[in-house]
Amino acid sequence: MNNIELMNIVIVGHVDHGKSTVVGRLLADTHSLPEGKLEAVKARCERESKVFEYAFLLDALKDEQSQGITIDSARCFFKSKKRDYIIIDAPGHIEFLKNMISGAARAEAALLVIDAKEGVKENSRRHGYLLSMLGVKQVVVAVNKMDLVGYDKAVFERIKEEYSKFLGEIKVTAREFIPVSGLLGDNIVSGSVNIPWFKGNSILAALDNFEKEKEVSDQALRMPVQDVYKFTKGDDRRLVAGRIEAGTVNVGDDVVFMPSNKKSRIKSIEEFNKSGITKAVAGQSIAVTLEEQIYINRGDVMCSSKGLPYISSLFKAKIFWMGKSPLEKDKEYKLKIGTAKTMMHLSEIVNVLNASNLITEQKNAVERHEVAECVLRLSGPVAFDISGGAMGRFVIVDDYDIAGGGIISEYLEDKQAFVREQVYLREEKWYSSGISLKERMTNYGQVPKLILITGPSVIDKKDIARKLERKLFEQGRKVYSLIIGNLLRGLDADIDKAEREEHIRRLGEVGHLMIDAGLIVIATASDLTSDELLLLQTITSKDMMIIVNVGKNQLSDELIDLRLEHDSKDNVDKILELLKIKNVMFGV
Amino acid sequence: MFKNGYIILAIMDRLDKLESQSVYIIREAYSQFKNLAMLWSIGKDSTVLLWLSRKAFLRHVPFPLVHIDTHYKIPEMIRYRDELALKWGLNMVYGENKGAIDAKQTFPDGKVDRIACCKLLKTKALRNTLSGEWPRYRLNHSSGKYEVDNNIEPYTGVIVGVRADEEGSRSKERYFSPRDKNNDWDVGDQPPELWNQFKTDFPPGVHIRVHPLLDWTELDIWKYIEREKIPTVSLYYDQGDGKRYRSLGCYPCTKPVESTAKNVKDIIKELESGKFANIAERSGRDQDKEDGGGLETLRRGGYM
Repeated sequence: MNNIELMNIVIVGHVDHGKSTVVGRLLADTHSLPEGKLEAVKARCERESKVFEYAFLLDALKDEQSQGITIDSARCFFKSKKRDYIIIDAPGHIEFLKNMISGAARAEAALLVIDAKEGVKENSRRHGYLLSMLGVKQVVVAVNKMDLVGYDKAVFERIKEEYSKFLGEIKVTAREFIPVSGLLGDNIVSGSVNIPWFKGNSILAALDNFEKEKEVSDQALRMPVQDVYKFTKGDDRRLVAGRIEAGTVNVGDDVVFMPSNKKSRIKSIEEFNKSGITKAVAGQSIAVTLEEQIYINRGDVMCSSKGLPYISSLFKAKIFWMGKSPLEKDKEYKLKIGTAKTMMHLSEIVNVLNASNLITEQKNAVERHEVAECVLRLSGPVAFDISGGAMGRFVIVDDYDIAGGGIISEYLEDKQAFVREQVYLREEKWYSSGISLKERMTNYGQVPKLILITGPSVIDKKDIARKLERKLFEQGRKVYSLIIGNLLRGLDADIDKAEREEHIRRLGEVGHLMIDAGLIVIATASDLTSDELLLLQTITSKDMMIIVNVGKNQLSDELIDLRLEHDSKDNVDKILELLKIKNVMFGV
Repeated sequence: MFKNGYIILAIMDRLDKLESQSVYIIREAYSQFKNLAMLWSIGKDSTVLLWLSRKAFLRHVPFPLVHIDTHYKIPEMIRYRDELALKWGLNMVYGENKGAIDAKQTFPDGKVDRIACCKLLKTKALRNTLSGEWPRYRLNHSSGKYEVDNNIEPYTGVIVGVRADEEGSRSKERYFSPRDKNNDWDVGDQPPELWNQFKTDFPPGVHIRVHPLLDWTELDIWKYIEREKIPTVSLYYDQGDGKRYRSLGCYPCTKPVESTAKNVKDIIKELESGKFANIAERSGRDQDKEDGGGLETLRRGGYM
C-alpha cells in the first residue's frame, strides 16, 4: 500500500483572483480539513465581523491573516480517490514572486486561476511564462468568480481565447479551461447547475487527469557527486554519493566524471542494510564504490561514457531575476549547477524580457522580476546539458542569497575548448604504462604533482623553485624543477616567442608526462593569467596541480592555492607546509 | 519489463521517493555545514530522520544528535534514547535549562504558563545549547555516562524533523531555512528554493535549520517505520489500558489518545481507517492551543 501516488500541484495566478479560495473550497468539499477547523474559522470571522472566506482556512500565519493576502507558498495535503496531493498555494502578489517560484519549482503540474471579472492580468501572464520556464508542463486554467459575471459563457470564452493566445506565444498549451466559483463551489469537486453550458471536468477531475512525471531512466547517466565518504572504524569503503538525475547505473559500468574527464568502473552499489545490489535508476540517492581509485570531488558529474554532457565555462542562458539588487556586469556572483559551485560573471545581456507582456528590450542590467537572455562566464568549466533536465538548470547566488535561476540554452566555446578536445582524445587513446600510478606512489612515497610558481616577471621565482627542489630531494623525493625558459630553445624552437599560448600548452604537456612518471614537478612561469592557469589545469587535471603565486596579481582566490610575499624568507617552508597538508609526501 | 521500447528497471514507490529526497537533503547539509547537528526529540519523526541519516552515510552518523532534556520527558524516552545511542554508536549530546529547572520556573511547578514554560525549557535551552553558551553533555560510550562536552562551537546547521502536514506554520517552511542570531524566523522573507538548490551561504551569526521530512505525512512516517523495522519507543502503543500517545512531549502537557493500537501495523490500520483523519496530530499537545497561534509564536522564537 505504499504505492498511493503523491503529486505536487501548484496554484498560481494574479493577486486576489481567488487562489486560496479555490484551494480552501477544495479542501472543505473533499473533507480534508481537521474536524472543527471550518467551524472555528467561521466563528472567528463572526467575532471579528469579517465575512467568512474559504481562503482563511489556508492562512496559516498571523501576517497573512492580518493582511488578507498569501505571502508564502504553503503546502496543503489533500486526497482524491485517485491519489494524494501536496497542493502548493503560491502568492500572486509581485512582491512575493520568489515565493511563487519556490512553490512552482517543486510542482509537477499547475492550476492557474484567472478572475472572470478582472480578466487576464499582468501576473496571470507572468506566472504562465514562469511555469513554462520552470519546466511545469501540465497546466489547467480555472476562470474563477464566475458567479460575479452571472455565469456568462461569453466572458469565459473571451478569457479562454485571450489567454490561450498568450500561452500559444510562449509555446504552452493549457490542458483545459474550467469556469468555476471558489466561493460557491461551482465546478470545484463536481459539476455545477449554475453553469449548464459547460460540459468539461471539475477542478478535482482535472487534477486527477494530470499525469505523474516519469523518472528519466532511459537517458544518458547523470549523477552529480554530492560527496566522497571515507568513514573510519572498520569501514574502508570509499563511497561516491549522489542522486541519479538521469539514466541508470549498473555494477561493472564504465563511467566518466565530468568536467575532470576521469574514468573508472562501478565496483559496487552500496546501501545500508542491503547487499548484492546490481543496478540503480534515476531518482535514487545512492553510493557507489569504484574499481580504480581516482581523485574526484563534489561537483563532478558521473556520466556514462556514451552520451557525455557539454563542458565549458561559457554559455548562453535564459535567466529570471529575483534579487534585491539588479544583475549587472563587473560584479562577481556564484553559480550553482548540480552540486558544482563556481564564481560567475555576467558577460553579455542579449535582451531583457517583460514576462507579463513579452516585450523585449536592450538593457545594461537585469532588474528584479525580469527575464533575460544572457551570456555567463564562469571561473572554471562545468558539465551541463542543453535539453533541459537537472543538468541544464542553475541558480545564481548574489552575496548570500539565491537571486536568480536559469536554463542553459546554448553551449559557447571558451578559451580552453580546443585544448579540452585535444586532451579528451589524448586520454581516450592513452596507452598506460604497465606500472600503475598507485604502484609508483607507493614506491616513491609521494603523490605526483605539478607545483606551478607564478607572479610578476620582476620577482625571482626560479630561486624559490631551486631551493624547494633541493629540500624535497634531500628528503628523498623524486623531484624536478622545470624552467619554462629551458623549453624555448629546445622543445619550443619551432615556434615564435610571441605564441604564448602554445608555449604554455607545451609546458602543460611536459608537466603532464612528468606527473605520469610519478614525479613532483616544480615549474615557474611569469605573469600567468587565469585563462592560462585554466589551460594548464585542463591539460594536467586540476587536482594534480598546486598553484603558488608570489607577489601582486589580479588572480581570483579560487585559482590560487598559496599566496606568498615576494621578499619573505620562509616562502619555501610555506610551500612545504602546504604539501604536508595536502598529503603529497608520505611518511611525514 | 518493456515499455515504449525502454527497459523499466525498477519503479520507485512513494516511500522510496520520499526517502531519496530526504537522503539528498541530509547529504547536502553534511557537505555544506562544518558544524552540523541533528535534533533528536526521541519521537517517531526525528527517529525516522536518524534512520535516514544512517541510510545516507551507510550506517554511520557523522554528526552529533542533540536532545533538549526538559526533565519532564517521560522516563522511558530517556532510557530508549540512551539504549539506541550506545547500540548505534551515536555521538549523543544533550542540553538543558538548568537555571529554570532549579528555580522551578516551570508550568508543572505552577510558576509560569505553558507557553512560558516551553520557551524556557525548550526554546531557550535549545538556543543556548546550539550556540554552545550553555554546557552540552556528551555520552561517553565506554562509561555509558554523560560528561560535559569540550566542543562549545556553535552549530551552524541543525537538522530538524518537522513535517509540513503537522500544523500551519510548518507548511510554509523551506528545506533550508535561515535563523538569525536570536533564532528568529523571518516568515515573510524566506529565501527562494528551487530545483534542489538550497540556501547554503549565510553571514556569520546565522544558522540554518534543515528540514528533510517536510513532504512526509504522519502515515508515511508509520509506513516507513514498518517497512524499515525502525525501533520506536513503546509509548506510541497501547499497553493494555486502551490509550497511546500520538505525539510525544513533556508528560504534564501531553495527553494520550483513545486507541487500542498495539503495534505499528495497528497504527497504520487506525490511520488509514480515518479515525484520526479529522483530528490534528498535535491535538494532545496543550501548548499549541494557547493564544490562538501558540505554535507559530513559539516557532518564530526558535522552537522546532
